[in-house]
Amino acid sequence: MRDYLLILLGAALVNNAVLVRFLGLCPFMGVSNRVDAALGMGMATTFVLTLAVAVSWLLEHYVLAPLNIQFLRILAFILVIAALVQFTEMFIRKASPALYQTLGIYLPLITTNCAVFGIALLNIQQQYDFISSLLYGLGSAMGFTLVMALFAGIRERLALANVPAAFAGAPIAFIVAGLLALAFMGFVGLPVR
Amino acid sequence: MIVAMAALTSLGLFFGLLLSLAARIFRVPVNAQREEIMALLPGVNCGQCGYPGCGGAADALIAGQAVPTLCPPGGSALARSLATALGQTLDSAENGPPLLAEIDEGRCIGCAHCGKQCPTDAIIGAPKQIHSVFQEACMGCGLCVDVCPTECLQLRPQTPTLAHWLWPKPMLEGA
Repeated sequence: MRDYLLILLGAALVNNAVLVRFLGLCPFMGVSNRVDAALGMGMATTFVLTLAVAVSWLLEHYVLAPLNIQFLRILAFILVIAALVQFTEMFIRKASPALYQTLGIYLPLITTNCAVFGIALLNIQQQYDFISSLLYGLGSAMGFTLVMALFAGIRERLALANVPAAFAGAPIAFIVAGLLALAFMGFVGLPVR
Repeated sequence: MIVAMAALTSLGLFFGLLLSLAARIFRVPVNAQREEIMALLPGVNCGQCGYPGCGGAADALIAGQAVPTLCPPGGSALARSLATALGQTLDSAENGPPLLAEIDEGRCIGCAHCGKQCPTDAIIGAPKQIHSVFQEACMGCGLCVDVCPTECLQLRPQTPTLAHWLWPKPMLEGA
């Protein structure tokens, strides 16, 4: 139990996908103008990332490893994630139109999100079992959502702040992102991997 | 190599099959009115109406959040047909002839920035050559105007040609 909690915490905070591993920076800068949009993107990513890690783990251990073709991992994972996102979109559209309205525009964006792909690959490197993989995916996605929400909140305030002309807009957002990354380095002190 | 090829091919086939099955099982009946509105709209997703693409605009129109005159590229003709399709009446104010992009050849430096922006490929001209607007294809979205470094691209009222010249409206004597 304690191990699982540490995996979750380690993935969310210590090895945060965005601020420590620098994955998924495009939605981090692109969809963080408003908090509700950032949360929508975060929720959609959480959903897809957890599923993608699970499916890629199954693929790795039941298809790629037995056939001894692990060198095709990148190609196979891209295929899986793209198909999965498509499938998820269709399913959500049928099952819950309300959720589709919220996530709808963000789901196709996630197909090309390097965080999803990166976490699926890193997960294989960590050699976790299935349950730990699921938690690793969920934890990474929660960390992503947390950072998105934090950053969007800051940017909403930045929009009203009196920023020097040379820094207005994207530059100050990048500076803030750098400071956030510095702040997240503080979590290195936690006793997790 | 054979194993790798076979594995990837079968994976691709499997997912393709899965997706096509899912597309049938999870098919959502689309709104017939939305299809009709979508067919009327230009479909180039220029975003001038403020909605994300023509699909978003169609949703807003059906929900009654937008007025039929929302689409600048469509001009008055589209506004009229949208109003008919939605069963609304249009404000009688005519917006005059549609605005189309026009290039002042004297100032064009052939930077080719405008052509990349054009959603309908209406701007002709190779890099470092003087560009020109193909008026039949231009729909006046104005995306090219912003990128022109010499401001030689402007939206101007369409010059009447034989294809769409109309008799002037009857006017009161001495008005």
